[in-house]
Amino acid sequence: MSELIIGGRKFASRLFVGTGKFQSNEVMARAIEASATEMVTLAMKRIDMNDPADDMLAHVRRPGIQLLPNTSGVRDAAEAVLAAQLAREAFGTNFIKLEIHPDPKYLLPDPVETLKATEELARMGFVVLPYIQADPVLCKRLEEAGAATVMPLAAPIGTNKGLVTRELLEIIIEQSRVPVVVDAGLGAPSHAAEAMELGADAVLVNTAIAVAGDPVRMAAAFARAVEAGREAYEAGLGAQSRCAEASSPLTSFLD
Amino acid sequence: MFSEELLKYDWDETTARIAAKTGADVERALGKRRRDIDDFMALVSPAAAPYLERMAAMSRALTQKRFGKVISMYIPMYITNSCTNSCVYCGFNRHNKFPRVVLTPAQIEAECRAIRRLAPFENLLLVTGENPRAAGTDYLEQALRVCRPYFNNLTMEVMPLPAEDYERLTHSGLNGVVCFQETYHRERYKVYHPAGMKSNFEWRVNGFDRMGRAGVHKIGMGVLIGLEDWRTDVTMMALHLQYLRKHYWRTRYSVNFPRMRPSETGYQPNVVMTDRELAQLTFAFRIFDEDVDISVSTRERPEFRNNIATLGATSMSAGSKTEPGGYETYPQALEQFAVSDERTPAEVAEALRKAGCEVVWKDWDKVFD
Repeated sequence: MSELIIGGRKFASRLFVGTGKFQSNEVMARAIEASATEMVTLAMKRIDMNDPADDMLAHVRRPGIQLLPNTSGVRDAAEAVLAAQLAREAFGTNFIKLEIHPDPKYLLPDPVETLKATEELARMGFVVLPYIQADPVLCKRLEEAGAATVMPLAAPIGTNKGLVTRELLEIIIEQSRVPVVVDAGLGAPSHAAEAMELGADAVLVNTAIAVAGDPVRMAAAFARAVEAGREAYEAGLGAQSRCAEASSPLTSFLD
Repeated sequence: MFSEELLKYDWDETTARIAAKTGADVERALGKRRRDIDDFMALVSPAAAPYLERMAAMSRALTQKRFGKVISMYIPMYITNSCTNSCVYCGFNRHNKFPRVVLTPAQIEAECRAIRRLAPFENLLLVTGENPRAAGTDYLEQALRVCRPYFNNLTMEVMPLPAEDYERLTHSGLNGVVCFQETYHRERYKVYHPAGMKSNFEWRVNGFDRMGRAGVHKIGMGVLIGLEDWRTDVTMMALHLQYLRKHYWRTRYSVNFPRMRPSETGYQPNVVMTDRELAQLTFAFRIFDEDVDISVSTRERPEFRNNIATLGATSMSAGSKTEPGGYETYPQALEQFAVSDERTPAEVAEALRKAGCEVVWKDWDKVFD
């Protein structure tokens, strides 16, 4: 498989995972291991900065794993910038997953505040991975603003609905000059494989692993699906037969 | 800049890859939802020749889906044949001895009036040779200002300019820029363009980046068919288009496949492309890029134009004169190349309507510039 590079760092796995909703930190740690992921996102708001032995953090920090603190909980660009600065200090990384969702019900990202915050954070030297709507124009604007990736949603977060935004994701992938990470809404390994077959550079999965009957086995299943999907994309998918045969010749004028 | 991107593609290797395409590759390309450059290579390869009818049907369906049954009309206005280049195939080659003309503002205005009497054209293509001293950016700016009141959409086909000049001209009403790379074969390019500004391959090929950066609304591309292996050249152009779309995504794009016509130089094309191959290329481009404007000029014969208008083309010229002042001032001056379609705009429009197309003269308004 070809290499994925984000913020100057190489990633062998194209599966990124989240750390919310697990029944215990132990299960989470084993799921992370089974997923073979090299990028793990965690919410700033969950970490107890004053406790150096914070249990969750201890279960996530592993050699080879890039921590991706996220700004979940913030409601506008100013709060996001503050959260990013705190995260940089706390985790010693300039990677930041920008999540600004002022709407507490569907947790849909605010495009205006996200663009503003991306501009500012990129200027400040952060590697910004913004979570956003599957909006192709917004993706180009974020790219211009200095985003390291774009992370369009497949479906509203936590819904497990799969590639609801497929048509738009296809356009985003076609146009993007930065890696496209499909984030949110992937409920099954087949959804992840489908995203990878479309040409997504990576996917981020949390709920589908965390709330599975056996999160550890589900994490391994996602890992294989992501790999298979990427492999299929690079190998070149076969044709779907779907062609119109003309009844009257259109090209007889060339005879 | 695209010149760096182009280094990733070896000419001979690309030619070999196209030649190795099989019927199965063509089938796969036709069956996909979105096509990549490998699919494009299959569609322009010799292996696709037996699939021409299927490609025509698909190209027509895609064109109608995106553009409707519409042909947008434009007309070129040559304002100077003065040129410091010595392109071996071109009638304007500086070594050719014939009177050189640089139209004055008053003459340009007379040409505008003559064109408006000819047909209700709103899309004007201003064309020059390359002579920065006799017809530089100041001159172009003046020409645009003169034409502005007569037409809603001004495009120019002139020498590549610095980005700041493109930007300046957009403030004088410039909407689109057409520039033909002629060939993407770096080494052979120098043989065809031995002297003058045009001999600089990088300056020309990176001109498109400069247009994009300057925010030109529409960029027209083309390779001159008849120089190098056309299949390889159009593949490089398809790569270039893909690159430009990713970088300058606010811009619209058009392509053109001019086949070399006899000119004063008597230069003979190295490769001859048949009508059948030109049709294949047109279909291939449409299937590869559903959104690109495909323009067919009066270089092509009436029958070909009438048919291709319903199968993939989206814009056409008519009544074209390829000499400066040809509409009014100097109807006898030397032309750049001989046209094949000498019908009047009204005759072209009538034939297009009969073929089932709506003929559109105005599809832009200058208030948007």
